[in-house]
Amino acid sequence: MFPMFVRFATVVATMAFIVAGGARAQAQAEIQAPDLLVKNVTLEVVDIILKDKDIQKGDRKKVIALIEAKVLPHFNFQAMTSSAVGRNWDKASADQKTRLIDEFKTLLVRTYSSALASYSNQKFDFRPLRAKPTDTDVTVNVRIMQSGSQPVTIDYDMEKRPGGWKVWDVRVGGISLVANYRTEFDNLIRESGIDGLIKALVAKNDSQGQSTVAGTQKK
Amino acid sequence: MTIKRIIRNLVLALLLAAAAGCATTGADGRDPFEGFNRAMYSFNDGFDNAIGKPVSTAYRDVIPGPVRGWVRNFFANIADLWNGANNLLQGKPADMVTDWARFAFNSTLGVFGINDVASDMGLEKHDEDFGQTFGRWGASDGAYIVWPFLGSSSVRDSAGLVFDLSLDPVLLHKPVRVRNAMTVLRATGKRADLLDASRILEEAALDKYVFQRDAYLQRRRNQVYDGNPPRASRETPLAEASEPAPESPTAVPAAEAPVARPDPAAIEAAVRLLEQPASPAVGTGG
Repeated sequence: MFPMFVRFATVVATMAFIVAGGARAQAQAEIQAPDLLVKNVTLEVVDIILKDKDIQKGDRKKVIALIEAKVLPHFNFQAMTSSAVGRNWDKASADQKTRLIDEFKTLLVRTYSSALASYSNQKFDFRPLRAKPTDTDVTVNVRIMQSGSQPVTIDYDMEKRPGGWKVWDVRVGGISLVANYRTEFDNLIRESGIDGLIKALVAKNDSQGQSTVAGTQKK
Repeated sequence: MTIKRIIRNLVLALLLAAAAGCATTGADGRDPFEGFNRAMYSFNDGFDNAIGKPVSTAYRDVIPGPVRGWVRNFFANIADLWNGANNLLQGKPADMVTDWARFAFNSTLGVFGINDVASDMGLEKHDEDFGQTFGRWGASDGAYIVWPFLGSSSVRDSAGLVFDLSLDPVLLHKPVRVRNAMTVLRATGKRADLLDASRILEEAALDKYVFQRDAYLQRRRNQVYDGNPPRASRETPLAEASEPAPESPTAVPAAEAPVARPDPAAIEAAVRLLEQPASPAVGTGG
């Protein structure tokens, strides 16, 4: 009687273990690890850029489309914008928040496309992730290697969300993009309110669009 | 005589710009001289638009990439000497060994430093200066300052710059004609390397002055901590974020070391290899 019970208990425990393990493996398959995500997306985007002749000739629209398709889904623009706006975020109405997120997103995508367009086959060094499996807020380190200069570090601050890991700040050479905009945004809000900031962002994005078109026409 | 006149006009222009700039006053605690700094910034911007950008763009377009690489590596190699000294002063002897091993290899195998063979061996380049050394010793930035031609700095980094410049092997080189040519070449190459970055800055910033200032201060902080500064707040503007009191210079590296350290194997290789070609290297520095 007793030995049989033990065997039964062992079988149940083993089955439970297998089921639990399977469930965990399935969950992990759904949510890609943050460091792998950064590596895969980076290599995929860079590969497309190096192969696409239009992009090589300076077609910014195509770069922007590429970013929107491949990179944007992994960014949490709501978090980036609220962090850049900082303490004034709560003072904004729902409508103002939506407009701020939209305009800031446009500005960041433009800037990012400009940075990507200047990529010329530098080597990447994807650093191993220093985090516990239970962590929900991690930093993924990538370094760009160049002969004769110190490697440029790119740190992606990422947060685990229901839909996967999302980037909420990018630090290039230690310069946090979000923190760098915070002073500018704070100044503008102090001078002319949240609508003033929205107006400034719209004006910046408009001028940028025109200069981009002029730039491509020249080429 | 023409040079005298140019200098006189330059000084006049600077004074005028400074007078104009003092009309505006800043509210940022890190930047008490904002009026003066903005004047210097627009002066530098004007100089850059008139001379810096066109000359370095022509340099980039005319000189083939590999040759520009040689120029970059040549000056980077000379800089490794003081990088090593600064790393020693910052209590990082292993990094010093890497820097001087780089100098030894690049000056010999790399032919006067024009090839960065050391990087291929896994000896990573560091970027150090006296401003960072003072920061490591506990000095905070102090007020932000923009110098004519030299650009963004701070009280601490300006003090560092005095040492950097007075010990600069290129500036100490004789004869003066060679020194001047080398200085212009180095500055042109550096500006050419920054052409993409400055274009991105133009596109990213709402207020270029503020954007560049904050970027400079963030970057320097990152450099002082060798890439691992204490995490900043997610919401407070940089100006008001209370800077953690600088810890004792030994405490900072001990706590932050694991990520910043180069590969131990590389250091080991450096130590091993340094013992051999160290002596011939010193003579070929130029």
